[in-house]
This record gives sequence, C-alpha cells and structure tokens, in this order.
Amino acid sequence: MENLNSYLIVSAVLFSIGTIGVLTRKNVIVMFMCVELMLNAVNLTFIAYSRYLGNLDGQIFVFFIMTVAAAEAAVGLALIIAFFNNKESVDVADANLMKW
Amino acid sequence: METIFFLIITLVAIVSAILVITCKNPINNALALILTFFCLATYYVMLDAPFMAAIQVMVYAGAIMVLMVFTIMLLNIRVDATKKHSHKLIIGSIIGFFTFVNLAFVLFRSRPALPTGPYTGEMMKELGHTELIGRELFTTFLLPFEVTSILLLAAIVGAVILAKKKI
Repeated sequence: MENLNSYLIVSAVLFSIGTIGVLTRKNVIVMFMCVELMLNAVNLTFIAYSRYLGNLDGQIFVFFIMTVAAAEAAVGLALIIAFFNNKESVDVADANLMKW
Repeated sequence: METIFFLIITLVAIVSAILVITCKNPINNALALILTFFCLATYYVMLDAPFMAAIQVMVYAGAIMVLMVFTIMLLNIRVDATKKHSHKLIIGSIIGFFTFVNLAFVLFRSRPALPTGPYTGEMMKELGHTELIGRELFTTFLLPFEVTSILLLAAIVGAVILAKKKI
C-alpha cells in the first residue's frame, strides 16, 4: 500500500479537473460526465481514508454515493432527453427560460 | 514495484481525466471517462477493497456509462462546433487551480478525527472484503440501506414520468 497522501493528491487532481470541465464545457452531457468524475474523486478519498483508519464506514459511504449516482444518472439523462425534445439542443446556453 | 505501478495508473488516470474535458466528440469523452473509472477500480484493489472495485466496474463503467453512451447515440450529438470562449476557459482554469490548492491544503494539513477501526489488510484477505462490507451494511447501516431502496424507487418513477410524451 502506498502512503495516504499520494491517493489524496490524485483525488484532489481529479476533482479539480472535474471542476474545470463543469465550468468550461457547454455540452450538458459532458458537464454531467464531469460531475461523475468529481463524485469518483470523492469516492477515492473515502476509500483511502477508510483503509488508512481501518474503518469500513467510508466504504459504506461509497456504496451509497454510487447508488445516488445511479439514480442521478437515470433522472438526469431523462431530463436531458426532455430538454433536447423541447429545444433541439444540448447546449446549456439554450436553457435561458429563467434568464433575466 | 508497486510504486511504479501506482505511478503508471496515476498517469493514465490523469491523462484520461484531461481527455474527458478536452475531447470534442461526446463519445470520446465517455470512453475516456470509462478509462478513468477503470483506473479508480485499480486504486481500490490496491487499497484492499476488491468489492468496491467490482462495484465500480459494474455500476459505473457498466450501468451508468452504458446509459450515457446510449443517450449520446439516441440524441445523435455531433461534434460541437460552438465557438471557443477563451475568457471562460481562463476563468474556469483559475477556479479549478484554486480548488486544487484549497483541497491539497485541507487534505494535507488536517488529520482525520474519526476513531480507528479494527480492519486491516490481512483481515480483508482472511475473511474476505465482501463479507465484512455485508456485515457492516446489514447491521450498523441497515436503516440507510433501506432508505436507499426508496431513493431508487423515486428515481425509477421520476425517469418514467420524465420520459412521457407530454409532461
């Protein structure tokens, strides 16, 4: 096993890359994938700490995060398809109904 | 040996994560994301959590990414030809960089306050990771486990309602 900090730094890098992706891309599906990437970075932190502490609570948390991610993917992609049917586009700039 | 392996996996994970946010074609993004998920599953194996690695491959790289690729192909999204916004890229990169600095600072300067548990790597190998996870899941975390089923039910109903012709 590597030491804890190397896993934490990888997790931080992946989370930051996901943040940059969410902020810079305009395709809503790609933004969704970047959110999944951020969730996975957090999962890696949970499992690394769980191994480091010898406590399985973190891995149970990862289990629940994966469940939430699956539910989120189902509902989110249904929303994206509904949005596409209305606007013929997957660009977030077209979702401007509530813009001032 | 394991350090070299760790470095290789880290390189692949970070390069594929960068590909996720830079590729123009959404299908390529999805494939790069699947590669990242496999790298994370490798990390989980290295952290003595093989059950989590199996779930990672099955749920994330299997179910969720199939759903995403299916949506991309259903909507027939072409390569996005929207014009580049350099100011947006710069601002996003700056915010991402500060996120990284913040995260690294918090992660390195803080010590976990949780009590340490009895589980060690040898115990995982002896008893099996799946058994230990199952024991925790069905005793300490029984109520959240049951609540999760309600969450999944809500997701199913929501997806069906949203897929109707007229909302």
